[in-house]
Amino acid sequence: MALSNVLEPAVSGFNFENSTRNIVLENGSEEGKIKAPKPMKTGTTIAGVVYKDGVVLGADTRATSEEVVADKMCAKIHYIAPNIYCCGAGTAADTEKTTDMLSSNLTIFSMNSGRNPRVVMAVNILQDMLFRYRGMIGAHLILGGVDCTGSHLYTVGPYGSMDKVPYLAMGSGKLPALGILEDRFKGNMDLEEAKALVSDAIHAGIMSDLGSGNNIDLCVITKEGVDYIRPHRESLYNYKRQAKYKYKPGTTPVLTKTVNQLELVHETVQMMETAGSS
Amino acid sequence: MFLKYCLKDSVPVTGLCPQAGSYGVQDSLRRGFSSVKNELLPSHPLELSEKNFQLNQDKMNFNTLRNIQGLHAPLKLQMEYRAARQIQRLPFLPSSNLALDTLRGSDDSIGFEDILNDPVQSEMMGDPHIMTEYKLGVL
Repeated sequence: MALSNVLEPAVSGFNFENSTRNIVLENGSEEGKIKAPKPMKTGTTIAGVVYKDGVVLGADTRATSEEVVADKMCAKIHYIAPNIYCCGAGTAADTEKTTDMLSSNLTIFSMNSGRNPRVVMAVNILQDMLFRYRGMIGAHLILGGVDCTGSHLYTVGPYGSMDKVPYLAMGSGKLPALGILEDRFKGNMDLEEAKALVSDAIHAGIMSDLGSGNNIDLCVITKEGVDYIRPHRESLYNYKRQAKYKYKPGTTPVLTKTVNQLELVHETVQMMETAGSS
Repeated sequence: MFLKYCLKDSVPVTGLCPQAGSYGVQDSLRRGFSSVKNELLPSHPLELSEKNFQLNQDKMNFNTLRNIQGLHAPLKLQMEYRAARQIQRLPFLPSSNLALDTLRGSDDSIGFEDILNDPVQSEMMGDPHIMTEYKLGVL
């Protein structure tokens, strides 16, 4: 339906039309203050460690929405490129969409140039994107990958800040995880040691933080390939249902049954000009 | 809450008036009534910066180019942009802007402008006659 008050076509991208309405709703009358719904956060512990042959990334699997656990088996380690993976903490939707877009941009780049992307490229693209929105996109990310220059581990904050370190933890459970990492990290560890270290760091986060929990996922990235271990360690408190809640067919008694046969009255064929026909 | 934060350290921008018509004043006939608050300050901290993002980027890039290579470089590029910007369909039809995108280099990158609020899928359609008249300035 053509509207006569639309004078220019809509601009694509973010739409701020409703922000005035939202402010009025939130600061409205004293009795009728309406609170905006809180977005689903990942309330996470994520950690990463650089070892002898590559990078090990780890994450828990709980997503919370205020005080309720929204997802018990959420995947926080996102695919960016065949040699780069990213753990995301913060608002769940923001981390998903940002990493998706980053992955698409890097795929276009690899197709254009025929090379595997480098981890610095991913970090630079993320920094530009997040700084443009001044922290409104709540994505705290840990990027790890192995490229032609070696193995790298970076963290990118929601305002566009970046840090390159050999071991990292982010999320609401980062303090206990960092404690374990600071205690036991050494350079040039081998694979089993690195996996045990990351797994223990995430476990410390799960035990000490309410926003992290359930299982632990690990992702090992080396020059040869990626090993995505999901789950690496399952939680002891697995909620198995006590009984089956499906009803057998025939549980509901049938009272009456009427059948109406539809009669074929008239059949016509109409030829149409379509774009596909020659 | 946002208004208080905006009020403290922002300079009111004259070009923000969302109801501005062709002469820059409030256009009650076509866009309805407005409030003074709407015209003075944006309701979202990112609204202004997003509206002018492409313009500001271009300005910055052209300035750098001028400082490095001299005046001719941005002049030539801006002439090409102006020519490419004129390759459009009628105002109520969506144009692909392919030439402009290729010049800018944004044809091989994906941003939020490509995913969110796609004009092809917008629920509102403008009346073709009115949109063409508005574009030509005879409305």
